[in-house]
Amino acid sequence: MAAVRVVIAKPGLDGHDRGAKVIARALRDAGMEVIYTGLRQTPEQIVSAALQEDADVIGLSILSGAHMHICPRIVELLRERRMHDVLVVVGGIIPDVDIPKLNALGITGIFLPGTPMQTIVEFIMGHARARTSLTDSTGANQ
Amino acid sequence: MPPVAADRSFTTVSGRPVDELYTDESTASLDYARDLGDPGQFPYTRGIHPTGYRGRLWTMRQFAGFGTPEDTNERYKRLLKAGGTGLSVAFDLPTLMGRDPDHELSRGEVGKCGVNVTSLADMETLFEGIDLGQLTTSMTINSPASMIFAMYLVVAEKQGADWHTLSGTIQNDILKEFIAQKEFIYPPRESMRLITDVFAFCTEHVPRWNTISVSGYHIREAGATAAQELAFTLRDGIEYVQYGIDAGMDVDAFAPRISFFFNSHSDFFEEIAKFRAARRIWSRVMQDRFGARNPRSWQLRFHAQTAGVSLTAQQPYNNVVRTALQAMAAVLGGTQSLHTNALDEALALPTAESATLALRTQQIIAHESGVVNVVDPFGGSYFVERLTSDLEAEALEYFARIDGMGGMVEAIERGYPQREIAESAYRFQQAVETRERIIVGVNDFVAEDEPPVGILYIDESAGEKQLAKLDTLRRQRDQTRVTSALDALRRGAAGADNTMPLLLDAVRAYATVGEMCDALRDVWGEYVEDAVI
Repeated sequence: MAAVRVVIAKPGLDGHDRGAKVIARALRDAGMEVIYTGLRQTPEQIVSAALQEDADVIGLSILSGAHMHICPRIVELLRERRMHDVLVVVGGIIPDVDIPKLNALGITGIFLPGTPMQTIVEFIMGHARARTSLTDSTGANQ
Repeated sequence: MPPVAADRSFTTVSGRPVDELYTDESTASLDYARDLGDPGQFPYTRGIHPTGYRGRLWTMRQFAGFGTPEDTNERYKRLLKAGGTGLSVAFDLPTLMGRDPDHELSRGEVGKCGVNVTSLADMETLFEGIDLGQLTTSMTINSPASMIFAMYLVVAEKQGADWHTLSGTIQNDILKEFIAQKEFIYPPRESMRLITDVFAFCTEHVPRWNTISVSGYHIREAGATAAQELAFTLRDGIEYVQYGIDAGMDVDAFAPRISFFFNSHSDFFEEIAKFRAARRIWSRVMQDRFGARNPRSWQLRFHAQTAGVSLTAQQPYNNVVRTALQAMAAVLGGTQSLHTNALDEALALPTAESATLALRTQQIIAHESGVVNVVDPFGGSYFVERLTSDLEAEALEYFARIDGMGGMVEAIERGYPQREIAESAYRFQQAVETRERIIVGVNDFVAEDEPPVGILYIDESAGEKQLAKLDTLRRQRDQTRVTSALDALRRGAAGADNTMPLLLDAVRAYATVGEMCDALRDVWGEYVEDAVI
């Protein structure tokens, strides 16, 4: 089976990238292909990166409180571009009251401070779209 | 209690192995006069004041800011009424990144992580009813430090305060932004120019101002070990002194106003040793490397903040205990100023109640624990002295490596400190993952049902209010005056003029933070880092 491809992104103005970098390495060590966008990406840039990279998963690291602006916009852009099967997961500081709102957008992978890396790896493995055998080992996608 | 497993390794939170017992052999190479000195004496290992906290307690300075300037002004008045002895401003991300509330990237961010300050009008509101001539204010601002400082100076002037006696601190430390917190705007060398401009301006006009707070806090929060925090912070300090000298200043003219800011993390003894080592290293660097002759240039003064990164979202009341221990380490290490984190800060900005409890923690240490009675009470401890020397040696090794690269700016451009920190962060996370390192309430002693704590929830209303105020400001101010001040700023930045007087003119014309930062973006461009994991 081909490796799951994950775009890890830091949206918004925040530069605290410890979590994004740690999780990027953990996913890579778990055998995934990880693309890290770097800092201060707009939702448009993140979705474009996911499209270009043929990503199965977008992982957002948000600590600044801007998640209720960023997440709906990402979901909307994915819908516009018919990227329905791209899994969106969010890690960071998300107040409890916002979790049902994110769930309603279809975002169920929400990882709060203290989540073991293994939990995140397992969630992605269990929920990312299946890469079929048509994807060959050179990484060319059908 | 089960016995500790025989194969368990005994290390500090930084992964430093420690022995079971330290004896006089551990400190045999120490010479009291050369390596310790009495408090107030070179090399200041034991502190910069001969009488420690008997002469004066540390400043209890609680970092605060959220929403609109009106919201934060109310919080400041509450903190001062509760016995806080200084102010510390937390700005929101748009302000920190030099973007006005109407910029695309500011959407959803206004007032969330701190207070939004767009123009002089907001700064006037922020300090309404607070006499800036009578207290000191610390402002955590870096890329737009000069702009925010200029606003503060104008507000102080309008209140009738004299710049020559005005005191406070701007963080103004861009190197740690490139290394750790990543709130940079301009490329490194242009950013350094802004900082040396502030050094030169203050030497002449605001001589009691702390022109920079060279910060290890964010380096540590990003994952650095204690030794890396110590090494990178002090090496940053060396870089600033060198740039000041290269800009034509006499070292003793500006070095006494350089201050530091460290993290006070969870490993009690390692932190105390780190603060002691910092003072010893700095005094020697200033004397030997830079030939400073003024004792004030030799003395490392610092603010400390307990470790935000150590706070857990799980069982948040445990954070009160963590913070108290960390605060105790900072006090025993001789801090000049302290911020204690609130119990809910892994979840949100603190509520008024949790912020007050954090301040009470400091007051209990100061007035009930008795630790303030004796200067440097761990001086002479075999363990603490050995740790102090070991941390110093490790920092000096990093200095040599960074000097070999040509300096800290060059090391940053190569991504060297960034990679070192990312490695340490990942190692720590793996140790937590495998439960080699226990975090109470997170990977052991986990509670099944936790009652939620009430948190401060910041909605979009602050953003809407700030947008409306910006709109009014732009309609009411003298636009010709703004345009000409911004043009003068561009010309000055392209040449060699000191930027501070030009920024003061722009501030007085009510130019916004975004407009002033954009004027410099036009001339200097923006820095983009290589995204490496």
